[in-house]
Amino acid sequence: MNSALSITKNIHDWLFSIMPETAASIAEMVLIALVYLGIFAIAGLFLVLLERRVAAWFQLRIGPNRVGFQGLLQTMADAIKLLSKELTGTSKADKFLYNLAPYFVIISSLMALSVFPFTKEFQAFDINIGLFFLIAVSSIGVIGILLGGWSSNNKFAMIGAMRSGVQTISYELSIGLSLLTMVLITGSLQLSEIVEVQKSGWLIVQGHIPAIIAFMIYMIAGTAETNRAPFDMVEAESELGAGFHTEYSGMKFAYFFLAEFINMFIIAAIATTVFFGAWLSPFGITESIPVLGVFWFLLKALILVFLMMWFRWTFPRLRIDQLLTLEWKYLLPLNLANIVIMALLVWLNLTISF
Amino acid sequence: METTTLTSNFKSEEYFINMGPQHPATHGVLRLLLTIDGEIIKKVEPDLGYIHRSIEKMCERDSYQQIVHLTDRMDYLSANINNEAVCLTVENALQLEIPDRVKVIRTIIGELTRISSHCLWWGVMGMDVGALTTYFYGFRDRELLNDIFEETCGARLTMNYNVPGGLMFDIHPNFVKRVKEFITHFKTKLPEYDRLLTDNIIFQKRAIGVGVLSKEDAISYGASGPVGRASGYSCDVRKHHPYSALDKVTFNEALRTEGDTYARYLVRIQEMWESMSIVEQLIDNIPEGEHRVATNAVIKLPKGEYYQKVETARGELGVYVISTGTKSPYRLKFRSPGFSNLSLLNHIAVGGKIGDLVATMATLDLVIPDIDR
Amino acid sequence: MKNEELQELIGSWSPNLTFTEEGSQYLNVTVPIEELHDIMFKLKHNDETDLDYLFCLSGVDWGEELGVVYHLESTNFRHILVVKTQTAERENPVIDSVYDIWATAEFHEREVFDFFGIIFTNHPNLKRLFLTDDWDGFPLRKDYEDNINMIIK
Repeated sequence: MNSALSITKNIHDWLFSIMPETAASIAEMVLIALVYLGIFAIAGLFLVLLERRVAAWFQLRIGPNRVGFQGLLQTMADAIKLLSKELTGTSKADKFLYNLAPYFVIISSLMALSVFPFTKEFQAFDINIGLFFLIAVSSIGVIGILLGGWSSNNKFAMIGAMRSGVQTISYELSIGLSLLTMVLITGSLQLSEIVEVQKSGWLIVQGHIPAIIAFMIYMIAGTAETNRAPFDMVEAESELGAGFHTEYSGMKFAYFFLAEFINMFIIAAIATTVFFGAWLSPFGITESIPVLGVFWFLLKALILVFLMMWFRWTFPRLRIDQLLTLEWKYLLPLNLANIVIMALLVWLNLTISF
Repeated sequence: METTTLTSNFKSEEYFINMGPQHPATHGVLRLLLTIDGEIIKKVEPDLGYIHRSIEKMCERDSYQQIVHLTDRMDYLSANINNEAVCLTVENALQLEIPDRVKVIRTIIGELTRISSHCLWWGVMGMDVGALTTYFYGFRDRELLNDIFEETCGARLTMNYNVPGGLMFDIHPNFVKRVKEFITHFKTKLPEYDRLLTDNIIFQKRAIGVGVLSKEDAISYGASGPVGRASGYSCDVRKHHPYSALDKVTFNEALRTEGDTYARYLVRIQEMWESMSIVEQLIDNIPEGEHRVATNAVIKLPKGEYYQKVETARGELGVYVISTGTKSPYRLKFRSPGFSNLSLLNHIAVGGKIGDLVATMATLDLVIPDIDR
Repeated sequence: MKNEELQELIGSWSPNLTFTEEGSQYLNVTVPIEELHDIMFKLKHNDETDLDYLFCLSGVDWGEELGVVYHLESTNFRHILVVKTQTAERENPVIDSVYDIWATAEFHEREVFDFFGIIFTNHPNLKRLFLTDDWDGFPLRKDYEDNINMIIK
């Protein structure tokens, strides 16, 4: 059953045997980038369909089920339609920035995707500051949003972009602090180390009360980070236009749209890695088959994605000032208190481990 | 419509946004010119007339039976009650003796129309505030009522069941059974509405304290219906000037004193309960009798002036007829509830935020064809 | 208050008012234009009439005169009064606005201006409401002609 993992090793050895060192490592990186682009595209397609079916289920209807088996080719059809659309642009828009903006959000999502441990030794880059890298990279996406709003030369797009920027920057604090709470138990920022520590029980069980609080804060902040309901005042359809991506159409719009779904997946994947043990099976039942780790990882991530979709279709929206009040007056103090409690727990050796 | 000139002093930090005629939150073709400063609203100016069809001028040329057909298109969500208003005006003017059966059926259908209108209002309220799923739940229940109307009245939206003199046809044999089934079903659904939206903390934070209207202002601005009742002004026409079979039933008037968006919301939810109770009191004892009294083919009202008030789902609708004895009225004026309710929008939205404006407009429950006539 | 009592009380404020109950369900008072604002003010603020709810303001073209009909109700006593006023000046009809007494009059008077051309003094924002700003003529007047849009039987 190690055939899947040995494939990566075999390709690595083969590349290094036919080319000189530097060319081989560059070729290897290009190959990895292409594979991840493929994962990005397929994941995006699948997640969009999932969102539509889940929304339809909540709204007592069926959702797309005609194009392909159970609607699996629906997003492909939508993407082809988007490709064939005219790329409109305003004449007064700053051309260079207008075209550059979507790429920022794509690049930040791809970079974040590349560090996840899908299963044992199936990780593109295992750097020693893994968690810190993830948080830093997700901040780059904000630049894309602000650029998109500013360069559209549209009053409403700019208002939307400003609101979105403020929201994202505020909630990044909460994400960082709640992840930091868990790092207190593991003692390391490296993602594979974090998974190692969880072999004696998932971190949410090890940290019990403060870990559960940290998880709840993380889910709230994560939903706000990706501008999803109930924090989607920015793109609220019943208010001012479509927010920062009003002036985009065709493929560029598709980039923003896909990037939102991939960000949702990234938030869920970070939560799976840090709280729920990434690719480890519950009670170690399939420990002997490492390739099944991918299955466990995806299952846990998809459950969290479903939770985020549930939020979107049930709750009303918060007003922009209520959103910021929530972060700065409630979540931040709660987070800081939580870190202190967790630190006490670890110092007094009160964590549960098996 | 061309740009209208602003009547306020235009300072340089303020800017001017158009919530144009096509907008998901304005429930119809209404154009609002907002002057805002950051997120705070300084002035709201409505721009009407996008669906003005000169109904009042047409009424000066048409016969009374034809006028009844025009009223469906005014406030299409309470179409039955609008028809009832004109029919009652004509019947009172001619002093016709209407059988009890007709009165009871008119009241039942009027209350079912009220429930149907409030179901749609609830769905759209949730959608405006951001909970998109409530729209489907509201429509699911409204569909059951539309089916009942289709079977008995012949149409789902513009029913036209009332004629001067009675009803156009007698009720379908299945009517009583289906209405009872609906009541039983809906009684389990209204608590679901409460769990989804009324008790939701996010919704409460969006609605409590927003768009406050005091009682004196409500009376001065001519607010009626749930908007007036939420501010403590007891304005239910069914209580003060009862018509049809409404003096034979007992029900409570839904009154609250806070006057904010949440109070208007709760008043409408309570009205749905009260309407169900009225229907329950009447549905089992529909008296036997004729469903229509014969009138002349050409109806001519005696010379004079006549006024009839009814309570639609939006508020008080008034029909004012000046007749000179000919086959068409000399002047017919419809006093529409939405018209007065819209005039208070500027008063309660100023000083709030744009998100508050959307929530307030959802609770004012405006139907623009009613305002524009 | 009953109609007789209302008639006595209001009749005592001015000798130029005419009362009638014929052809209507409610008591009608016809007020000359000059005294309109005073009488309306007293009708609202007098403790015995207390007519604080203006529920209908309609313009009427009586053939030779243009007039306005006000329907007033009291929220405490629940009696209804109808006030009428008219002017024979069809070219330039001017009536006092009652916006400062009942705020609902703002939109209603704009509608009457739009359809009949009656100008209300002291109105905060008197411009056309439903029709476009450059519309010619006043449609609800009886002598309005429009060969394209009106279909007359």
